[in-house]
Amino acid sequence: MRLSRFLPLVVFLALTGLLFRGLSIDPTALPAARLGAVFPAFQLPELASDELVGVDALLPGPALVNVWATWCYSCRVEHPYLLQLAAAGIPIYGLNYKDESEPARQWLAQLGDPYRLTIVDTLGDLGLDLGVYGAPETYVLDQTGRIVHRHVGVLDQAVFERDIQPFFAVSPGGEGLSAPEANP
Amino acid sequence: MTRMMGAAMLVLSLASSAWAVIETYEFSTLELERRYRQLSQEIRCPKCQNQNIADSNAPIARDLRVVLHEQLEAGRSDEEILAYMVDRYGEFVRYRPVVDRQTFLLWWSPVVLLVLGVMVLVWQLRRRKSDAGTELDPDEQQQLDALLRRSR
Repeated sequence: MRLSRFLPLVVFLALTGLLFRGLSIDPTALPAARLGAVFPAFQLPELASDELVGVDALLPGPALVNVWATWCYSCRVEHPYLLQLAAAGIPIYGLNYKDESEPARQWLAQLGDPYRLTIVDTLGDLGLDLGVYGAPETYVLDQTGRIVHRHVGVLDQAVFERDIQPFFAVSPGGEGLSAPEANP
Repeated sequence: MTRMMGAAMLVLSLASSAWAVIETYEFSTLELERRYRQLSQEIRCPKCQNQNIADSNAPIARDLRVVLHEQLEAGRSDEEILAYMVDRYGEFVRYRPVVDRQTFLLWWSPVVLLVLGVMVLVWQLRRRKSDAGTELDPDEQQQLDALLRRSR
């Protein structure tokens, strides 16, 4: 019996293994290009006061920067959970992305405002510098303002506990914040 | 009749230019326009992942086309513009990735496979040739003769 007879079988098995592994990879997942970089500098108006704010307004971290807009349905879905996070003491800053300010103010008045402040990025310039390609997106800043994590899509309790909470647990001076329970 | 056919052909041939996203940008030179066309087909839309920014209707693709136009007019080089995009959206945005440690397999595997294929082909052909040329050894010749004689 010659070993080379089994060559097609070996090739077949190798290919099967490779393709099977491919099934469990999410092809839409993108690595965040800005990971580890300092949050890009900006000078943009704040939604409530219309005063210009810069990156200093987000410091010191750790904090969340949540990219949202009134045209974004998933933002409405995650909004109640953001309110819970804010109530639990997690600092969240809003980035109102390519939106109109008046509907945005109404949205926050009606649904509640989880944000310490909201940056108005009407043209999407800051979004572009961040590498935002849709809302909602949530960025985690560390104490010095570096981007340490990005989450694309709806932020919920499972995502928070798995990916984001660790960044807050190690905050110096604090004993760590626990994730608020989801609404019963 | 032929004139009408000709007119119809002309209309159809013009219609193909309407497939791409309809948008007008003013370019100061033809060279810039040519580079815009090339780059917008080479930059991948981060949202709708199997389209380039020239074909995509996604808002982010539109934004990137605006940026591309601005930067071309501002005199940036192709490398600078691509670096700007990669800086923000990662290597993912290149439809023509650079050759590095992660992508050398992508670039060189076709060549390697071609060489391997040619080697296997040559090997097979040689073997077939040598098979055809083998003569029977005396034992086999005797057996064959015996069989032939019996059948007669």
